[in-house]
Amino acid sequence: MKRLLLAAVLALSAPIPAAVPALAVQPDEVLPDPALESRAREISKELRCLVCQNQSIDDSNAPLARDLRVLVRERLKAGDSDAGVLGYVTDRYGDYVLLRPPFKATTLLLWVGPFAILLLGGAATALFLRGRRGVAAGADTVPLSDDERRRLDALLRKDDA
Amino acid sequence: MRRLLYLLPFLLFIGVGVAFYLGFQRDPRDIPSALIDKPVPSFELPPLPGRPEGLSAERLKGDVTLVNVFASWCIPCKAEHPIITRLAREQGVTVRAINHKDKAEDALAWLARNGDPYASIGADLDGRVSIDWGVYGVPETFLVDRQGRIRFKHVGPLTPQVVDEQILPMVKHLRGQG
Repeated sequence: MKRLLLAAVLALSAPIPAAVPALAVQPDEVLPDPALESRAREISKELRCLVCQNQSIDDSNAPLARDLRVLVRERLKAGDSDAGVLGYVTDRYGDYVLLRPPFKATTLLLWVGPFAILLLGGAATALFLRGRRGVAAGADTVPLSDDERRRLDALLRKDDA
Repeated sequence: MRRLLYLLPFLLFIGVGVAFYLGFQRDPRDIPSALIDKPVPSFELPPLPGRPEGLSAERLKGDVTLVNVFASWCIPCKAEHPIITRLAREQGVTVRAINHKDKAEDALAWLARNGDPYASIGADLDGRVSIDWGVYGVPETFLVDRQGRIRFKHVGPLTPQVVDEQILPMVKHLRGQG
């Protein structure tokens, strides 16, 4: 019975994972040369679909994404290098199409900003903690004056008696 | 001094608030064009069937020209069409068009129905020339100077505001440049 159940569950679940990752890349777009096709896939993952901006053209079903996928494959067939294909597209659409923006003067804040903030926060925390340790150790406490010491001694003696 | 430190979170909150307020007012569709101040890509588009003239890079030299990318299936194109027609007929701006991924008979029927203010139209059936122009959503409108360089781009339908505040002053300026 258990085995039968297991078989049923397996039989039911098997086709689902196979069907879920529906490819945006249509069969008629795929290049016959598998090496070239895999390069095309990798490049497509780097390029932003401008219509649905948080998808790569490899993921998107938008007509423009399809046109760009076909274009990428044409450039590869024409003998372009991977960088050459990316350059071809950025010449037309700007750096914005790259899902990984290049490190340039205009993108400095984007790349360095988070680390700068982390550093700043770290420095502030370190300073704060250093200050607290000082307080705990009594570093910033004024030593007792002679008068205070006498009063303290008197109080302590009273306690002892 | 200590007091001011307590104000810091509040001030940070105000700062972040202002940043978001301004940030969300920007149109995420508005991507800066890589082609501004560059010469128009070299291209040659055939005319729609039965018409004498298509569109080419050569044709865009010599006059300040508005290049409008449109399609009959594009609803906002219809919305901006009266504005473009007025620009061409009343303001005397030369307007040419790229017909983007359209069927010729649909495009011709659309022009017959809505009017045709274009000096000439190039038919970009597969959308490849549009990619060379960096087009990612019709309608898009470019302003090309006499030397054939792209000087301005607007994505989405033209509005009277864009025409009055950006396009007309720019046309005047570019025409003055000789």
